[in-house]
Amino acid sequence: MSMEVKNTQSLTPGVIPRSLGVNDLGAEDHCIKVRNLNLFYGGTQALKEVNLDIARKRVTAFIGPSGCGKSTLLRCFNRMNDLVSSVRIEGRIELDGEEINAKSVQVAQLRQRVGMVFQKPNPFPKSIYENVAYGLRLQGVKSRRALDDIIEKALRGAALWDEVKDRLHDNALGLSGGQQQRLVIARAIAVEPEVLLLDEPASALDPISTLKIEELIDELKDKYTIVIVTHNMQQAARVSDYTAFMYLGKLIEYDATNKIFTNPREKMTEDYVTGRYG
Amino acid sequence: MDNLNLGHHISRRYNEELEDVRSRVLAMGGLVEQQLLDAMEALESQNSSLAQQVIANDLQVNAMEVSIDEECNTILARRQPAASDLRLITAVIKTITDLERIGDEAERIARMANDLIGETGISRLFTQIHHLGQHARELLRGSLDAFAHLDTEKAVATWNEDRKIDREYEALLRELMTYMMQDADSIPYVLKTIFAARAIERIGDRAGNICEYVIYLVKGKDVRHTRLLEEGIDTD
Repeated sequence: MSMEVKNTQSLTPGVIPRSLGVNDLGAEDHCIKVRNLNLFYGGTQALKEVNLDIARKRVTAFIGPSGCGKSTLLRCFNRMNDLVSSVRIEGRIELDGEEINAKSVQVAQLRQRVGMVFQKPNPFPKSIYENVAYGLRLQGVKSRRALDDIIEKALRGAALWDEVKDRLHDNALGLSGGQQQRLVIARAIAVEPEVLLLDEPASALDPISTLKIEELIDELKDKYTIVIVTHNMQQAARVSDYTAFMYLGKLIEYDATNKIFTNPREKMTEDYVTGRYG
Repeated sequence: MDNLNLGHHISRRYNEELEDVRSRVLAMGGLVEQQLLDAMEALESQNSSLAQQVIANDLQVNAMEVSIDEECNTILARRQPAASDLRLITAVIKTITDLERIGDEAERIARMANDLIGETGISRLFTQIHHLGQHARELLRGSLDAFAHLDTEKAVATWNEDRKIDREYEALLRELMTYMMQDADSIPYVLKTIFAARAIERIGDRAGNICEYVIYLVKGKDVRHTRLLEEGIDTD
């Protein structure tokens, strides 16, 4: 279809909020670039010739059925796959133009720049305060005052401060699941990362806690580039600016979220987002 | 409707819900078409009881709009439709609004028909009115066919036909004004005839709207308020 909307009055910038998905991936500043990425677990190929660019300070969602490679791809961005012994990676992944799999890259430093939050909240069995302080202490921050300031800022950033400010030294395991997940996000943002990887961050939470996490994601994208893997398609539709649909290790379609959920290009995407069997 | 693949959802119930909404829109379309046919017949044959029947039946059209709307809301709330399913629901919600308004126009024609009973002077205007009404009916039928078969070619062709109705209406208006200038006594019934003609012309516009929704539904392109259809741009 070669139709071009000539009367663009209704598309004047500012008339339709950007949050409604009138996005142009090509016009974005790209934080992460993936080129010809192949990943093998032993003899099994989990990612096949993946090429995509992640837009800076936007939320990008990866969707697709179980085993499609979306979590594997996410874990490539902070080299979590290094922990799997049989893994073999081909291709390039650049963070701000730098190849992250290069020998010169220190994994600990990379993971400070690219923070990660998992499906199940994993606070340390320490106090709320110490959970957030952990990464900072590793970085060598010693001043109590500096720690106090950063921890408050991180907890505020994770929309948790008001709920925990009077019990910062209580054990973090006493928090609810939703609070624990926000604490983990606070721990991740305390070290000022550029990118936050969220691997099904709300799938173990109740609907209200889920909405709080989604609200938080919306606030965090002003400062961070966020990549989220989710099984919940409506969640992807709600929180993300761009959506990538993956199937059997391949990137099938990658576009503005609005486009993916109203008029996808590929039939496979259409079948998946509408709940059809292909 | 095969290219919407309504029957291929994992949830069989969802298949049925979407199929049901679609067929109810077509049923509503059929009823509205009959209303228009009857209203025109009542006008031309000066049939008061038929006019009354059209007026009474409009309640049925209204009830169908409300009930299909409710069904769409339920699907939106419970299924969170996406992509072509979402476009189907939005197209349905808009289509039934226009169908209901077409029903109102048919009712208006019937009311005018009722008021014009016994007016002998009106008969000389029947040919033109009949032609305009016939054309509006073809347009409505075309838009409903396009919706039923998701036929964008038919939608574009029907949409373009509406401009002919607009021109016919203007010509008729000029003629009716001449009557009024020539014979002041004719003003009351000519005015009523103008109201009826205006209602018919509006039906053409609304059928054109339905064609636009069909194109949106099938192609995902919103062609409203653009010159795309006028310029005959390929919608593939």
